[in-house]
Amino acid sequence: MAHGIPIMLGYLSVSFGIGIMAVRAGITPFQATMISLTNLTSAGQAAGIGVIASAGTLFEMALVQFTINLRYALMSLSLSQKLDKKKFTLPKRLAASYGITDEIFAVCSAQKEALTPAYMCGMIFIATAGWVAGTILGAEAGSIMPKSVTDAMGIVLYGMFIAIFIPPVRKQKSVLFTITAAAALSVLFKYAVKGVSAGFAIIICAVIASAAAALLFPVDEEETDEKEAAE
Amino acid sequence: MSIAIYIAVMAGVTYLIRMLPFTFFHREIKSRYLRSFLYYIPYAVLAAMTIPAIFYSTGSFVTAAAGTAVALVMAWFDLPLIAVALAAAGTAFVTGIFF
Repeated sequence: MAHGIPIMLGYLSVSFGIGIMAVRAGITPFQATMISLTNLTSAGQAAGIGVIASAGTLFEMALVQFTINLRYALMSLSLSQKLDKKKFTLPKRLAASYGITDEIFAVCSAQKEALTPAYMCGMIFIATAGWVAGTILGAEAGSIMPKSVTDAMGIVLYGMFIAIFIPPVRKQKSVLFTITAAAALSVLFKYAVKGVSAGFAIIICAVIASAAAALLFPVDEEETDEKEAAE
Repeated sequence: MSIAIYIAVMAGVTYLIRMLPFTFFHREIKSRYLRSFLYYIPYAVLAAMTIPAIFYSTGSFVTAAAGTAVALVMAWFDLPLIAVALAAAGTAFVTGIFF
């Protein structure tokens, strides 16, 4: 559980932004809390809230979540190799897989020993508590704070995204290429290509940019590890 | 459409993505192209989600642009996530007093 505390503190602040964003999109604090409790992921939830706000289709919702959260499949795959096979029975695997996030993955994969259910579930429990509490605080604060404050807080989550995708740009041209291509395509979809909903636009931009980056800059095993550690 | 249905679809898809490989897969992805693609996906998703949406996030282009500029500079110097995020909001708030 101790390893979960820094994650919890980080989640408190990020999910505060999610809570505010949800209320601004017309979602009630209770619904926002349910979204956080059942999803436990920032980018996926932010995009999902966008789909709800724009009254998108359920197919769009499913595809958006699939694309944005696909990275978790890779993390789950990687963690599945590190499990204490005796202690991790099927029900425990079913339970622990709920909490595989970027941060929990990073901490778990840094462990030298095999992962036990107690270790993973303790960390997931405390991280989830922070995530849900932050959402409630953000959503409630969003309902009572003056508009000038909630307007300004609308940028919090995006500020965090910038803090994730900018630092690697200094070291890796490939990431600079990826984010520039994705951002340029996204601007194109916003202003030039009409009629594509926001959720689909994100998917198309991300897939094209990543596919091109993977062709031009294939990664080595080391780079993948470096990124996992950074997250 | 009921928001409960949206939430159920969101949660279901997200859970399955995590659960299936964790529970049932035991091999590693060998394809270098596929691994590269999956490596870049999070960055591409975040960039596409942020730009241009960030400029509409505060209800005023001017305050949002000011917040974005501060966030970019602070992120460049690798400051902690929460510091970058709150400084962006603080900048948008202060700019909003004047514009």
